[in-house]
Amino acid sequence: MSDHNIPDGIFYNKEHEWVKIDGDVATVGVSDYAQDLLTDVVFVELPQMGKVVKQFGPACVVESVKSVSDVYAPIGGTVSEVNTALESAPEQVNNDPYGSGWMFKLTGINSSETANLMNAQQYKEFIAKQAH
Amino acid sequence: MLKKTSLNQAHRDLGARMVDFGGWDMPVVYTNQIEEHHAVRQKAGLFDVSHMGEIMISGADAFALVQKLVSKDITDMAAGKMILGVMCTEQGGIIDDLTVYKYADDKYMLVVNAGTLPADLEHIIQQSLAYKTTVVEDISDRTSKLDIQGPKAQEILQRLSDIYLAKVKRYWFREVTVDGVAITISRSGYTGEDGFELYFDNAYAVQIWNKLLEVGKDDGLIPCGLGARDTLRTECGMMLYGHDIDLDHSPLEAVYGWACSLDKNFIGKEALLQQQHQGLKRKIVGFEMLDRGIARQHYPIFFGSEQVGEVTSGTPSPTLGKNIGMGYVRSDLIEPGTELEIEIRGKRTMAKVVALPFYIPAYKR
Repeated sequence: MSDHNIPDGIFYNKEHEWVKIDGDVATVGVSDYAQDLLTDVVFVELPQMGKVVKQFGPACVVESVKSVSDVYAPIGGTVSEVNTALESAPEQVNNDPYGSGWMFKLTGINSSETANLMNAQQYKEFIAKQAH
Repeated sequence: MLKKTSLNQAHRDLGARMVDFGGWDMPVVYTNQIEEHHAVRQKAGLFDVSHMGEIMISGADAFALVQKLVSKDITDMAAGKMILGVMCTEQGGIIDDLTVYKYADDKYMLVVNAGTLPADLEHIIQQSLAYKTTVVEDISDRTSKLDIQGPKAQEILQRLSDIYLAKVKRYWFREVTVDGVAITISRSGYTGEDGFELYFDNAYAVQIWNKLLEVGKDDGLIPCGLGARDTLRTECGMMLYGHDIDLDHSPLEAVYGWACSLDKNFIGKEALLQQQHQGLKRKIVGFEMLDRGIARQHYPIFFGSEQVGEVTSGTPSPTLGKNIGMGYVRSDLIEPGTELEIEIRGKRTMAKVVALPFYIPAYKR
């Protein structure tokens, strides 16, 4: 379980989403650990544009062949962009979870909420415990 | 504490993702569920399904007991033949679906689902009390069951077998020696491909598992998890207990009408005759999604503003590249082409009734 890619410079929550802050825009996806747990992602139900989400509130849904899972917003904000490429290529969540597998962007964020999240090192320790 | 098959460590060593399946710690996927699915359709896959139950019924009245328990008429069944049927309550609800293997007039094996084994046993033992000479023995705990499935299955199994497998026809079985081990093999399975089900003593589980994977490797044989098993069976419109069938549904409402011999006596027959006479209110159908989205168990099905049923199984179909499913609907809505709506997370999504099976099994083509 230690061979997951957990890059620095972004934040993680306990539900295994990541968020990258660029100025006043936050980009959200699921971690490498999450995509591995999900197995083959076959469907992503993206959030509606303009949807207002709270920190740790449900934002969208990701489905593997076998299961349906909620994706939670690591920080609060308003959905300003969604990755429509996932509609035809949901497998990008598995192939490139931090790149082309991103899910949605938020504006109107309060970056102080990142204080409630984990950095890469903390998240690595968190998933190491989860594995036991 | 989850129960483990004799191959639990072997699955872990292969990196399988293990899940609780009816109280058993079982492999759901080894590497990639979709690849495992395609391996069975195109080459071969090996499944550990040792969690399933095996019940031996023997003695002078074995025939009479099985005939009373199982929906299908076994009068003309030859030794070496197997059949698929259901066991019902007096009310016509399904206790389980099962296969029956006839070894002799006084010896049968019933193969049942893992989750239903305790209820099955209770029912069978209760019924057996009327037959003093009949012995009911649960051999599940000492029996391993492997399914080798796919177009290459016969060729691979042949390398280890002491008989000519091409002579074993679909839904027949033989007691053979495989890699020196006494094994009951039937040409059957739950995937819609040619293949065999193997029953033998737990002591040889690791040996047979490893040996099959070894001799089948070059033909593309890989271990397959319960995830692939589910998508394979769904494509063939095969019922899964606890999803598509249960005590609240009758075999006539499910796809098991053909497995009910209403001209013989068995438990539940009177209720089924009455259902047939009154007309069925609901029936299981297959559907494919017209809109994006995957229908899952318990999602409501609508026709116009009225809820007309509920989804029992739903999945992406790796073979067909569509999202498919099954569910019970009002019996006037079962014609293929009928457009229904399925509510997915509060949103109505279009689906269309299609004939079952979605994928016609290889052995029926």
